[in-house]
Amino acid sequence: MLRAILARAAELGVVALGVSILTFLMIHLVPGDAAQLILGAEDVSPEMLAETRRQLGLDQPLVVQYALWIGRALRGDFGVSVSTGQPVIGEIAGRVGVTAELTVLALAVAILLAVPAGCLMATLRSSVSDYVVRVLSIIGITIPSFWLGTLLLYGASAAMPGMRLVGYVAFAEAPLANLQRMILPTIALALPVVASLARVVRAAMLETLGQEFIRVARAKGLGEPRVIFRHALRNALIPFITSAGIAAGYLFGGSVVVEQVFALPGLGRLMVGAIAERNYPLIQASILLATFTFVAVNFVVDLLYIAADPRARDA
Amino acid sequence: MKSPLLWLGAALVAVQALAALSAPWLAPFDPNAQDILARLARPGLRHLLGTDNFGRDTLSRALFGYRTLFAVSAASVAIALTIGGGIGVWAAWRGGWFDRVAMRAMDVLFAFPVILLAIGVIAVLGPGAVGTAIAIGVVYTPIFARTLRAPTLLLKNTDYVAAARAIGATDRRIIRLHLLPNLAPVILVQTSLLLSTAILVEASLSFLGLGTQPPTASLGRMLSESRSFLTFSPWPAVFSGAAILLAALGFNLLGDGLQDRLDPRLRSRG
Repeated sequence: MLRAILARAAELGVVALGVSILTFLMIHLVPGDAAQLILGAEDVSPEMLAETRRQLGLDQPLVVQYALWIGRALRGDFGVSVSTGQPVIGEIAGRVGVTAELTVLALAVAILLAVPAGCLMATLRSSVSDYVVRVLSIIGITIPSFWLGTLLLYGASAAMPGMRLVGYVAFAEAPLANLQRMILPTIALALPVVASLARVVRAAMLETLGQEFIRVARAKGLGEPRVIFRHALRNALIPFITSAGIAAGYLFGGSVVVEQVFALPGLGRLMVGAIAERNYPLIQASILLATFTFVAVNFVVDLLYIAADPRARDA
Repeated sequence: MKSPLLWLGAALVAVQALAALSAPWLAPFDPNAQDILARLARPGLRHLLGTDNFGRDTLSRALFGYRTLFAVSAASVAIALTIGGGIGVWAAWRGGWFDRVAMRAMDVLFAFPVILLAIGVIAVLGPGAVGTAIAIGVVYTPIFARTLRAPTLLLKNTDYVAAARAIGATDRRIIRLHLLPNLAPVILVQTSLLLSTAILVEASLSFLGLGTQPPTASLGRMLSESRSFLTFSPWPAVFSGAAILLAALGFNLLGDGLQDRLDPRLRSRG
């Protein structure tokens, strides 16, 4: 088991290294020079340019620059924001909570709806339920979450004219107001994922229900709910873990867009603003941190998988 | 009909592609022409799908928006198929260090959340249709590399490939005549499914203001702009989003249906 975990950790370590190199190189692909960009004006003297380049370390070989950059990044220093002059890490810390809250809420809602729905669909066991869940999951995958969000916003503001639906209130300040404003974004983000997760649960459940130990459980005279929830579900959830991990990444990306619909001050809006300002340190740091988090979540998913399925331990 | 969803997908794709191609002849108005007197019109006889806050015809803008959406999505998937597919097939065929290094590089690209990698590429290339097409192309490169590598590995060890090699056929000839025809079903299915998601990513990026820039009509930006007058007229928001959904839905149904039809081993059980 330890071997399987270490092997996976080594693999992801290589991936994380590659991610950091690629994110670092990105800024060097930008047309124009970072020093020129920071100084802004066209008519800076060559001496000033050279001095800024030296300060930024741009006169060093690329490998040295990378080593310096990743060394500082690992200590939480991503440089300063081009637009505000504040440390990038602070700006991101102020925004990432919104995106994380939205992603976690949507994932929780999606799982809570998908598991019982998938179980129900498996017990119906008809070709009609197969068809319904398949069509719904395809529509779910293809419905633009920002469109769903816009329509929800329109519907809710028509139905409840007095209610404030957009904008953000910190959970720590006013938990109820915070959750109230998160309802619509969470639905817009979670709903499209529910059907495809339910489809996974249904397929895994059907496979599990066909196995010997389920026949034994039924032969013992256990009731159907007990067979499904106590015996079958635990096995059916194993493939579901991987799907939920993939859904987490998908929801994170989706939340970047949904924030725009509901005027939530999250990472997505920060990054979109940063592109207009050509605020490269901010973009670089956001992408690196988010991707590292994503890789770490995948690692946790793998650990859960190994813990849940003894067969994966020898892999 | 054996697979109604496949045919529904094919019909959706055909109708929308045709509408996009013939937009200049089909559109009743210039997509940018402002008819101030008919601002925020409901769907009616003159403006079939209503108008926006400048009195621009929603139907005409949607038709031209389809052109942009399909052109950018198709270009991005073509980029991903050429580079990613090439890497996947060549890595499986050559094996050895090239395979290991190339596939590790694909793992790295695959580790980025889709929208974030696309935003990063656009940060480098600048917002616009070209930047968006390349950004989505980069994001989907590892997917093609992975989906084509596995079947190539299987084909590589078949008797007829060994026979072709035995009579002295070159790598290029074997790949062109023996591998590609057998990979065609996989390529077709994956292309269709990725076109479906590329459409959604293009629309998302345009919605964020990073994709196609004005004055070119774009469905994602149309939806984004329509939010400012949503309470006065929801129609442009409703129709632009519905158009994006139908475009993505068509390719998804087509890909899903083709998968069932072309490869019974991949038939989904769920």
